[in-house]
Amino acid sequence: MAEQTVNKDIAKEENLVFKKTSVLTDKVMHYCPGCGHGTAHRLIAEVIEEMNIQSECIGITPVGCSVLMYNYLDVDMQEAAHGRAPALATAVKRLMPEKFVFTYQGDGDLAAIGTAETIHAANRGENITIFFINNGIYGMTGGQMAPTTLPNMKSSTSPYGRDVKMMGNPLKMTELVAQLPGTYYVTRQAVHTPKDVRKAKKAIRKAFENQKLERGLSLVEIVSNCNSGWKMTPLQANEWMVENMFPFYPMGDLKVDGEMVK
Amino acid sequence: MAKVKGTIVVDIERCKGCGLCPPACPTNVISLAKEVNAKGFHYAYMANPDECTGCVNCALVCPDAVITVYRKKN
Repeated sequence: MAEQTVNKDIAKEENLVFKKTSVLTDKVMHYCPGCGHGTAHRLIAEVIEEMNIQSECIGITPVGCSVLMYNYLDVDMQEAAHGRAPALATAVKRLMPEKFVFTYQGDGDLAAIGTAETIHAANRGENITIFFINNGIYGMTGGQMAPTTLPNMKSSTSPYGRDVKMMGNPLKMTELVAQLPGTYYVTRQAVHTPKDVRKAKKAIRKAFENQKLERGLSLVEIVSNCNSGWKMTPLQANEWMVENMFPFYPMGDLKVDGEMVK
Repeated sequence: MAKVKGTIVVDIERCKGCGLCPPACPTNVISLAKEVNAKGFHYAYMANPDECTGCVNCALVCPDAVITVYRKKN
């Protein structure tokens, strides 16, 4: 067993400032080391714990890397067909309007096969929360090009970079959804530094609290890394994300309380 | 001497050694161990335990929630 350099005088229950939330299960996540999914899961779990809504929360899991999310969050969860999470969330929320319903989707799920469901759920103003994890590729299946892949970005199906003339332009789903009158809160966050994690947590909390107001859909995009798919180390992937993803997908709120920002 | 002292406990067997916590640490306390855990990952540990202020930054960026943070005011 490995040794730890813990200061036993300080490591006492009364000095505890941070520990893993009980809404996360003890299972080890299957995500690659350094993947943003783990941090996003933890933030959602922490917000559920802080709001004390564990028994009133229903999550809809997508198809993609986070397909096994129901193993890691100790709340009621339902698996949806690929891309259909907003449609399923609509049904759940309409049948049980007092519950907090959220979907957790990647870019291959939300922005590709699920475009219709996402846009129509947003346009109908369903009173649900969507968490959209954008890493620019299909991570689970081996790093293929997704609708969100940046121009000239290399992926396993665009090995010379995405040629916009041939393969089309990247899709900014969050900007698209923010235009619709049915959305109440649309924001884009990241989880790679402590500062961004704190901001993202506030956004997630606001997105959950908006469900009580019944004013429309809340969408939180989290720009994340995919170090395996991008063929980088976790630190390199985060640097690459800051240099390349952030100029195209700028951080910040797009729509707050039903009003466009700027 | 720092007024606030902290310490972290890493769940070694769950740590995947991704290396996100060392750059997040403002006082350069954490680094990755030379040894590996049962899965073969170089787990995070406090190389410089006296400098820890218990700021929670490492726990915030940890994707696998393996870090528990304690803080005590002197």
